[in-house]
Amino acid sequence: MAEGLRVWARQNGGAMRDATRRLARSPLATLLNVVVIGVALSLPVGLYLGLTELQGVARQLSSDPQLSLFLDRDAGSDQAREIEERLKRHPMVASVRFVAKERALDDLKHGAGLAEVLGSLKENPLPDAFVVTVKGNSPDALEALHEEALAWPKVAHAQLDSEWARKLDAVLRIGRMLALLLGVLLAAGLVAVTFNTIRLQILTRRDEIEVAKLIGATDAFVRRPFLYFGGLQGLAGGLMAWAVVAGALWFLNRELAGLSALYASGFRLGSLSGEDALVLFGVAAALGWLGAWLSVSRYLWQVEPR
Amino acid sequence: MITLTHVTKRFPGGHEALRDVSFSVKSGELVTVVGRSGAGKTTLLKLMSAIELPSTGNVVVSGQNTKALRPAAVPYLRRKFGMVFQDYKLLFDRNALDNVLLPLHIVGLDGRDAVRRGRAALDKVGLLSREKAMPVTLSGGEQQRLCIARAVVNRPAVLLADEPTGNLDEAYAREIVELFRSFHQVGTTVVISTHDRAVQERLAGRTLTLVDGALTDSAHG
Repeated sequence: MAEGLRVWARQNGGAMRDATRRLARSPLATLLNVVVIGVALSLPVGLYLGLTELQGVARQLSSDPQLSLFLDRDAGSDQAREIEERLKRHPMVASVRFVAKERALDDLKHGAGLAEVLGSLKENPLPDAFVVTVKGNSPDALEALHEEALAWPKVAHAQLDSEWARKLDAVLRIGRMLALLLGVLLAAGLVAVTFNTIRLQILTRRDEIEVAKLIGATDAFVRRPFLYFGGLQGLAGGLMAWAVVAGALWFLNRELAGLSALYASGFRLGSLSGEDALVLFGVAAALGWLGAWLSVSRYLWQVEPR
Repeated sequence: MITLTHVTKRFPGGHEALRDVSFSVKSGELVTVVGRSGAGKTTLLKLMSAIELPSTGNVVVSGQNTKALRPAAVPYLRRKFGMVFQDYKLLFDRNALDNVLLPLHIVGLDGRDAVRRGRAALDKVGLLSREKAMPVTLSGGEQQRLCIARAVVNRPAVLLADEPTGNLDEAYAREIVELFRSFHQVGTTVVISTHDRAVQERLAGRTLTLVDGALTDSAHG
């Protein structure tokens, strides 16, 4: 048993060395294959990462559904208080915050950098408003409260603040599905690239395989160096994809920093975590391995005596 | 050790290479299969080493019927044989020693032990001084001897040689025959196919004669 394991380890070590030598022997061909695999993998990975980040933001925005009620501009403080009471008594309402029109104007002046423009106005164009947070997260219940509030006296307009974020979230979900689909297609492409590379290698090593088989080599012995070759090439492609995604994120975040500052936000695209990177390397190596396995198995099946 | 019972081999297209062949080879025996080109000698050796499977009949090697073997077990059966091919089947992209090391790598032997055994095999066939030579730089006789070194490096129970002197002149042929006789003398079972009656006479041992795929004669030399 121990001797069997030693033989297995020796043969795997030999196959690994053989594969590494062959990769190093034709550096240009290896580099081109690695670039093809790396770029192919970086597209779905980068897209998936970006969309996941945006979806996180959209989810955060849509997770606290709010309804904004804007009163008529001539509504008095008694009428505002009456609406506030109604809201507080309402079973669907979790909390109510009153935003006086003077406060709203003040916020607008400071937040959006419109002080000069707004200062030139003769009167405040903004109405009093209530920001209502509702209990639960049911779109139907929200819609019902929205309809109900519109019918109340002195309520000029009611707006579901989270609706756009929900729509964005739905669009991003579709985007993520498309990225996954793209990933599956490009993974199949990676398998095909490796399959073809190994097929060409088999052609150049046909004599060696034939002789080895005739004198007692198992299929595993024949397959092993090709599997290591495919796996190592896939792994190198995965590293290349990681580098492409990391580089692209660095550039994007540099540009995003300026844009985020304009909106007083610290938003930036997150990089691949260590775990994500390991998954990427593992999947890339496994796909290379699979392409090689399919290619060698097909050849061995063809040469098997029947 | 090897028993063929009513073996017929028909190839796709209908060509019948062997017809109803039956015989046995005992352990330690020296057997020469003689016959003209196309008589079925190569096919017979391929059937014995499970490179081909019989269309009808059975080939049993050390109690294992080649037709009943799982595909995964076939390589282990082939390792019982040292194969000397008519066309040598040397690997021309590696040197003499590396050619001899291939069977050792297949069974998982590596490093110094493998090199020591590889050199011993080369020494046995008189090629130790040419261990670094590429096969293309070797003469026909040297290539044949290299092929024999590769066949014996794993100390197989049976040595199968297909026309080992077919491409050689008289002097080289005599050397090769002596090599096989020396392997037989240390207890190795040897089966050699040849179209050359002179080779058969020098080898002595048992002779099987094939004519158009049928065994016509079995005699002791």
